[in-house]
Amino acid sequence: MAIPSPDLEALRQLGERVRPLTAAGERTLAVPPALAGVFPQGGLQRGSIVATGGVAATSLALALAGPTTASGAWMAVVGLPDLGLLAAAELGVALERTLLVADPGPQAWAATVASLLDAVDVVLVRPASAIAPGIQRRLAARARDRGSVLVQAGGRPSAWAHAPDLSVTATAARWEGLAPGHGRLLARRVTVAVQGRRAAAQARQVEVWLPGPDGRVALAAPVLPVPVVPMIPDPVLREVG
Amino acid sequence: MTATRTLVVHCPDWPVAAARPEPDAPAIVVRANRVLAASPSARAAGIEPGIRRREAQSRCPHVVVIDHDPARDARAFEPVAGALDGVTPAVEVTVPGTLAFATRGPSRYFGGDDALAERVGWVAAGAVGSVAKVRVGVADGPLAALLAAEQAHRGGRSFVVVPPAGSASFLAPHPVDVLGPLLDRPDLVDVWRRLGLRTLAHLAALEPADLLARFGHDGVAAHRLASGLDLRPLEARRPAPDLAVTSELDPPADRIDRAAFVAKSLADRLHARLEADGLACTQVLVQAETEHGEHLARQWRHEGALTAAALADRVRWQLDGWLSGSSTVRPTAGIERLTLVPLEVVAARGRQLGFWGGETLVDERILRAVARVQGRLGGDAVTVPEVRGGRGPADRVVRVPVAGIDLTAARTSVHPDAVAEPWPGQVPAPAPATVWAEPEAVEVVDEAHRPVTVSGRAHVSAPPARLTRPGRSPVAVVGWTGPWPIEERWWDPRRHRRRARFQVLEADGTAHLLSVEAGRWWLEATYD
Repeated sequence: MAIPSPDLEALRQLGERVRPLTAAGERTLAVPPALAGVFPQGGLQRGSIVATGGVAATSLALALAGPTTASGAWMAVVGLPDLGLLAAAELGVALERTLLVADPGPQAWAATVASLLDAVDVVLVRPASAIAPGIQRRLAARARDRGSVLVQAGGRPSAWAHAPDLSVTATAARWEGLAPGHGRLLARRVTVAVQGRRAAAQARQVEVWLPGPDGRVALAAPVLPVPVVPMIPDPVLREVG
Repeated sequence: MTATRTLVVHCPDWPVAAARPEPDAPAIVVRANRVLAASPSARAAGIEPGIRRREAQSRCPHVVVIDHDPARDARAFEPVAGALDGVTPAVEVTVPGTLAFATRGPSRYFGGDDALAERVGWVAAGAVGSVAKVRVGVADGPLAALLAAEQAHRGGRSFVVVPPAGSASFLAPHPVDVLGPLLDRPDLVDVWRRLGLRTLAHLAALEPADLLARFGHDGVAAHRLASGLDLRPLEARRPAPDLAVTSELDPPADRIDRAAFVAKSLADRLHARLEADGLACTQVLVQAETEHGEHLARQWRHEGALTAAALADRVRWQLDGWLSGSSTVRPTAGIERLTLVPLEVVAARGRQLGFWGGETLVDERILRAVARVQGRLGGDAVTVPEVRGGRGPADRVVRVPVAGIDLTAARTSVHPDAVAEPWPGQVPAPAPATVWAEPEAVEVVDEAHRPVTVSGRAHVSAPPARLTRPGRSPVAVVGWTGPWPIEERWWDPRRHRRRARFQVLEADGTAHLLSVEAGRWWLEATYD
C-alpha cells in the first residue's frame, strides 16, 4: 500500500492559521500603487529611514507620504521652509493632517525630529548639516520603536552617517506639454530607482507619471528588472511588549 | 445595593483660582484654544467654558488669558487636601479642584451630614483663602454629590445635602451631559441627546441589558450612574498588596524635576504590572518617605481607568504639590522612597474604537508633540497649512501658527477646493514642489547673451536661452512658455504689482517658474 500523500490543502490552511497576524517586517505604510512594485515590501517599512533624491526628489517624497496621510495618519515636515504645499495637496497629502516646523535650527533639529517621530507616522526632513552617527542611531531607534518613517526629501544624500535603509532616486525626468513659447507644463515622466539593504539590495526601477496629465501618480512603464522569484521579506526580529 | 454615601468638595473654576490672577480682573484658562474655566468677572462679561479663545476675547477684550497647567492646579490644591486630613484620613483627589471621601465614619463623629458638610466647607475655605469659593455636596454616590456641590454653587449656598436614598430622584432632571467627563465619552452623550435621551431620568428608565447591547460597558456604567448607583463596587476589588511598586531614590530628591523622573518610571512599572494581569487602576495611593522619616500619602481616583500617562501625571502633580508647596505641607528633607499602591483595580476592558473610525480626530500624542516643539522653539514655530485664494503658488497655501488653531476640531479651510471663487490668471496645475520663501534674483539671457525683456504689451524680446542662478554657472533653457501677464491690486497704489510669469525647462528635466517684474527676473518656484 502506498504511503498516502499529505493533504497539502489542509496543511496550507493550518499554516495560514498559525501564521502570526503581522510580522514586524511586514508592517508597512502604503505608497502610491504605481510605486508599490519597486518597494521590497510593497510600501515604506515602518521604523526605517528613506531618502529621496534626483531631479524630482521633493515631489517623490510628497507622493510617498500621500497615501499614508490620506488614510488618517499625520505627517510632519521639519526644515523645509520652501516646500510647495499646493503640490503636496495635489500629490495626495492631506493638508489637514500636516504639521510644519519651518526651521528648528541646528541645535534643536534632532530633538524636534525625535519629538515628532513619537507622534506622527511620517516625518519629512531635509537636514541642513551632517547628522552625527549617535543622533542617527537615536532617531532610527525612535522610529523603530514608534513604527514611524523618517523621509529625507532631497538635499544632500551624504548627510547621514550611515546610508539610509532605502534610497529612492528619480534618475531621469521628462516634462510634457511645453513647446517653445507656448503650452504649459502638463505631465512628467520620471524614472524612479529604489535600492537599499537586504531585500532591496538589487536595484529596481520603474517609470511613473509624477504627476500624469490627470494630476495622479500613475505607472508609465513596467517595473524593471522584473523579479524572477517572488519576494520573500526577510523576517525582522524585534523586541515587543 | 445603594451607593456609598459620599461628600464632595468642589472649587468651581479651580484652574483660574490656581493661577492666582489679579483679584477682580477677568481671567480665563484656555486649553487647546477653548476656555476651560473663567473667573467670576469673566463670566459676568458673558464668557462660558467651552467657547473659543478668540470669541472670549471679543466678548471681553481686556480678559487675561492663562494657559492651562495641570501641575499648577494640583500644586495649589494640595494644601486643601492636606487641611482635610484632619477630618478624615481617606481623602481622595478626583481632579485638582475636586476631592471626595466616604462620609460613613466622619459623619457619625461630627454629628450628621449637615454638621460634617458645614465643618468641611469651613476647613477647606480656610485652606483655599479668598481666591476661590468652596462648595460641598453630600449624596449617595460621587456623581450626585458633585452635582449637589454644583447646585450649591448656583444657589449661592456653601453646601447641599441630598437625603439618603434620594440620589435617584435628585439626579433625574439633570441633562445627560453631566456624564460626559465622567465616562470620558462626549460622543456617546451626543448620541443620547440626539436619540431623545435628554435627562438622566430617560437613561435610568431604560433596561440595562438594552444599553449594554447597544453601547457596551459604557452604556451600563451610564445606567448605573444615572440610577444613583455606584460605578465601581460592581467589580472593584482590592488587589493583593504585592502589586505595589516602590523605588528608592539615592540620593534623595528634593527637587521636582528629579523626583518626576522617578515618578514616570514607577508609574510605567505599575501600569505594566497591572496590565500583565489584565487589570487597570482606578484609585492609587502615592506614598513618599523622606530622609527624616516623614510619611506623606495621598489618594487619587479616576472614574475611568488610569492610563500609564495619566498615572504618571498624577504622581508628578502630587510630588510637585509636596515639594513646591507652602511650608505647611513641604517635607523637611528630600524624598528617599516612593511607593505607588493601587487601591482599587478593575478588569481592563480596553476600549472599543468607534465603528466609523475617527475615534478622535487628533490623538493626544500629537497635541503633546506640538506642545513639546512649541516649548522648545517658541509658540509660532509649528504651523499648519491653510488654503487661501490667489494666483501664485505661494499665495494659495499659507502657513498659520498652530497656536491659533484648534487641532481637535475639523478644519474645512485646508482642502484645495475650499476656495471656490475663480482666480483668473492662476498658475495652472501641477503646482511646483518647491516654492521659494525668498525668491532668488536670476538672470535670463537670449542666444546673443542679451537680457530677455518683456514689453508693456507682453511682447518677449527674444526666446530665453540661458538661466543663471546666483552662485551657479549658467544652464541652458531647453523649453519655455510665457509670458503670463498679471496685474494685481491696481486699485491700491502701495500693493499694486504688475509682472509676467514664465515656465522654463532645464536639460535635466528640472523646471522653474520665473517672474519678471520691472525688468528684473525672479525665481519664484521650482518643479522638483
